[in-house]
Amino acid sequence: MAVSPEEVRHVAWLARLRLTAHEERLFSEQLSNILAHVAKLQELDVEGIEPTFHVLKTLSNVYRPDEVRSWPELREVVQAAPQQRDGLFAVPRVLPEGEDEVSAKNEKDG
Amino acid sequence: MRCQQRMRKMDEGCLTDLSVHQLRVLLERGEVAPRDVHEAYVRRIEEVDDQLNAYITVCPDFPPELENRHGRPVFPVAVKDNIMTRGIRTTCGSRILARFIPPYDATAILRLKERGLYVLGKTNMDEFAMGSSCENSAFGPTRNPWNLDAVPGGSSGGSAAAVAAGEAPWALGSDTGGSVRQPAALCGVVGMKPTYGRVSRFGLVAFASSLDQIGPITRDVWDCWVLMRALCGHDPLDSTSAPGQAPIPPPQSVESLGGVRIGVPREYLGPGVEDAVRDAVLKAVGVLEELGARAEECSLPHTEYGLSAYYIIAPAEASSNLARYDGVRYGHRTCQASSLLDMYELTRQEGFGAEVKRRIMLGTYVLSAGYYDAYYLRAQKVRTLICRDFERAWARYDLLAAPTSPTVAFPLGERTADPLAMYMADVLTIPVNLAGLPALSLPCGFARGLPVGLQLIGRPFDELTLLRVAQAFQQATDYHLYRPVVGGEVDG
Amino acid sequence: MADAVEVVIGLEVHVELKTESKIFCACSTRFGSPPNTQVCPICLGHPGTLPVLNLKALELAVRAALALNCKVARYTKFDRKNYFYPDLPKGYQISQYDAPLAEHGWLEFRVDGRMRTARIRRVHLEEDAGKLMHDEVTGETLVDFNRCGVPLIEVVTEPDLRSPREARAFMEELRAVLQYAEVSDCRMQEGSLRCDANISLRPRGATDLGTKAEIKNLNSFRALEKALEYEVARQTRALERGERLVLETRGWDEGRQVTVPLRTKEEAHDYRYFPEPDLVPMTLDPEWVEQIRRSLPELPSQRMARFQAEYGLPAYDAGVIVASRRLADFFEECVRHYPHPKTVSNWVMGQVLGYLNSRGLEPEELNFEPERLAELLRMVDEGVISVSVAREVFEEAVSTGKSPRALVEEKGLEQLSDTGALAAVVRQVIEEHPSPVRDYRRGKVKALGFLMGQVMKKTAGKANPQLARRLLEEALATEREETP
Repeated sequence: MAVSPEEVRHVAWLARLRLTAHEERLFSEQLSNILAHVAKLQELDVEGIEPTFHVLKTLSNVYRPDEVRSWPELREVVQAAPQQRDGLFAVPRVLPEGEDEVSAKNEKDG
Repeated sequence: MRCQQRMRKMDEGCLTDLSVHQLRVLLERGEVAPRDVHEAYVRRIEEVDDQLNAYITVCPDFPPELENRHGRPVFPVAVKDNIMTRGIRTTCGSRILARFIPPYDATAILRLKERGLYVLGKTNMDEFAMGSSCENSAFGPTRNPWNLDAVPGGSSGGSAAAVAAGEAPWALGSDTGGSVRQPAALCGVVGMKPTYGRVSRFGLVAFASSLDQIGPITRDVWDCWVLMRALCGHDPLDSTSAPGQAPIPPPQSVESLGGVRIGVPREYLGPGVEDAVRDAVLKAVGVLEELGARAEECSLPHTEYGLSAYYIIAPAEASSNLARYDGVRYGHRTCQASSLLDMYELTRQEGFGAEVKRRIMLGTYVLSAGYYDAYYLRAQKVRTLICRDFERAWARYDLLAAPTSPTVAFPLGERTADPLAMYMADVLTIPVNLAGLPALSLPCGFARGLPVGLQLIGRPFDELTLLRVAQAFQQATDYHLYRPVVGGEVDG
Repeated sequence: MADAVEVVIGLEVHVELKTESKIFCACSTRFGSPPNTQVCPICLGHPGTLPVLNLKALELAVRAALALNCKVARYTKFDRKNYFYPDLPKGYQISQYDAPLAEHGWLEFRVDGRMRTARIRRVHLEEDAGKLMHDEVTGETLVDFNRCGVPLIEVVTEPDLRSPREARAFMEELRAVLQYAEVSDCRMQEGSLRCDANISLRPRGATDLGTKAEIKNLNSFRALEKALEYEVARQTRALERGERLVLETRGWDEGRQVTVPLRTKEEAHDYRYFPEPDLVPMTLDPEWVEQIRRSLPELPSQRMARFQAEYGLPAYDAGVIVASRRLADFFEECVRHYPHPKTVSNWVMGQVLGYLNSRGLEPEELNFEPERLAELLRMVDEGVISVSVAREVFEEAVSTGKSPRALVEEKGLEQLSDTGALAAVVRQVIEEHPSPVRDYRRGKVKALGFLMGQVMKKTAGKANPQLARRLLEEALATEREETP
């Protein structure tokens, strides 16, 4: 299972990691090796086997009551932000929905 | 690697050599004060941590509120730097959290504080607990106290090294694929991974949520039980915390292991396991037999698939768990962002190290469109097969015995360029996480002057059997009483 | 076009559930607090934090699903939907993917007097995201996480709606049902009810769906209908010109009243769903679900039928009134005190709704007791005030909160119903206006209106009109007999 540099770029974009050209080559090779190794799982017949998403199989229906408790040290939590303005978290301008993806795509293709 | 390092038997006159239950006696008799213990550890850290780099953050001041506890003993504890400690920087060994001060305490920390423990410092680790050597830390690698050219194991390498070198009486680690047991084995101390759901994960920085557990790293089995008793219990803040847990009773006065049935899985002794390690483990099993246990070879046929399943499941969960480090609400943010996409990509590029990026990439890939069934879903099905192997074993055995690590501590830098070789270090610990079982590693010998760990694996929620058998082993042996002579330290 | 082409619309509706605390943490869900004052390390996605499900959110979601005639699952679970956006703290939304809470429902609604049914594909539970604002000065985007973690249900319909009007009528019915079931306030302007629409065209009779566009940012019923009308026209034009439509997401631009492209589906997200490991699955006890079903109140369609049968209201009236649970409750309570349903219904649809609409208020915001309306209507029947005075009194009573009777007394608005006093006024008017009197007597009946007006003017509008008219007619007749 070889992972092409294009796939590496796409996956890096999905994961919001900007890789250097060196990293792209390296990960392309290393991911291919790891996937070749884990391909071992294809040997097994798993027909009819239920997946184990949770090991505590009997644990279900865990709830909390609908009770409000405000966090006591609100300032501490909000001021942890790298950039904030009047109690709001500030980020670079968000383009109307979708345009970030479009520009990312263009950047990637360009 | 430099040749064999020196070791010595523990010194009962040295505070930092004692186990906590020994310290407790001195404190209760009033022979030493908690502040004396604290200062002894701070001095020891000053002495050796330049060489070991076991700590990322040290808290050198004795907490003033603990001065007067009316004779109730207080003890320092070292805490892996992926467990939230309120007001004490918690970095996860990562640049992205290099200056992060948590606004709350993990449930595990609150439970320890209630019992008179306080945080001595935060220990080094592989970034986000991803690694088996403690070399993937943004704060530099930790070294093995038994040989400074060797790795301490990982990812809780800082905690294991600190306990082994007398820089902490005991410590907390976290175990996702062996991260408590493997460094405990490589550093010659006791480490336990509790049953999944035993210890609250609230406040443990998530790596792979369905596998992570906090566990103790201690000098001996009795201390392991003491920390376990403090850590375990239901937590309403963690939906995966097991309800209705009874406290684990003390593994007291174990003279005979009569009636105890031990399985020794042959897949855990196969090729890839160092001869010296195999010999030490089989010898240890012999000791247990002499104590009355019955041991026989058994088989866990799907063992060889564990590593592959793990390296799909854990990175997949991690890729999602680490998406929150985006530079918006806390942690590092790039100062070069001109657009939102830049902010995300550069923040994460600058903030994460190579292994973390590799696993995020791998996890994102196996979950991405078209691959989910072939990788993630299949791996979770194979996980079911691995669980069944163990379930079948429990029909015949009370516990399983095996090596913790296929090798003793390996040289620094040996595997950093080859991820797969590094991943092999966890091949014997991973199946336990996949099945959510309890397991304990304890020192059972030395090879080339480096400790060998015996891994005991138990039924879900049967930590007691593991502790009893381990306690019996330590009563019959003295491997746990040896201490490394660290680097340039003058032999006393 | 209308004959050759069929419009196919499906809706995805997000509804905030009416819980006190958020879905996975204990922060308040109150609307309108200062930014980032209802947040904590859990909803801000701090390292090490974990979600625990609010039972009330699950219960309200089940309630909504049952009100929409869905089959509630025995087994359900949460999944992570992974994507990056500044309003999403964890980098994933906890949602439901392949084991939704409920499926296979339907909702009946009325459009242009006909009943229609749309199938509900699924109802699932998830967490809301934060809110983005734009700082015009710095050019930055600012994030408020107060809303982040408020419980939401997503209701997805089958593509069963056949016109923008139907889509709107469906949404209005959906809102009414969810309000009746007490699962949500459904305030579109506060964002507690939001909707995306998928729309495509196909040749009438075809079964395959055409290339669809997904329309986002529909913040009102009006926007929904207008945007879909725009899309029908746009897609029709494109097809007539022989253009190929692309699968795309478009947004409604309220200012320009057009939809604009946001992204094409090739750039769509790859959400990498997988089961949420931090939450355990839910096995819903059928008995618990039945209990919730039994606790559901009468829903709008049932109530509408009852209003027609029990109060003899025309379907139109019943439909308008039951569209809002508050309005329907108001109506019924008023009828209890003043048993003339049609009069009450006229007032509710005329004065009450008129008042609300003129001020842009929701029925829930009406600050007027139904007993007060009954009192007002009784005063009209008793002849104390005229209908026109009653309308004025209503407006004043609603805005001041005063009782109508007190207002009438305070302002001296009672009608002049004293025959003696009114007769004197009538005589005076007849004396002062000989010419219209003559006209009337010569058979010009219209002149009576002028004389009535003069009576009302002299009494400052307080004359009881029926009495005044009778006295005027009598006086005119008598005097005609006297004068020959």
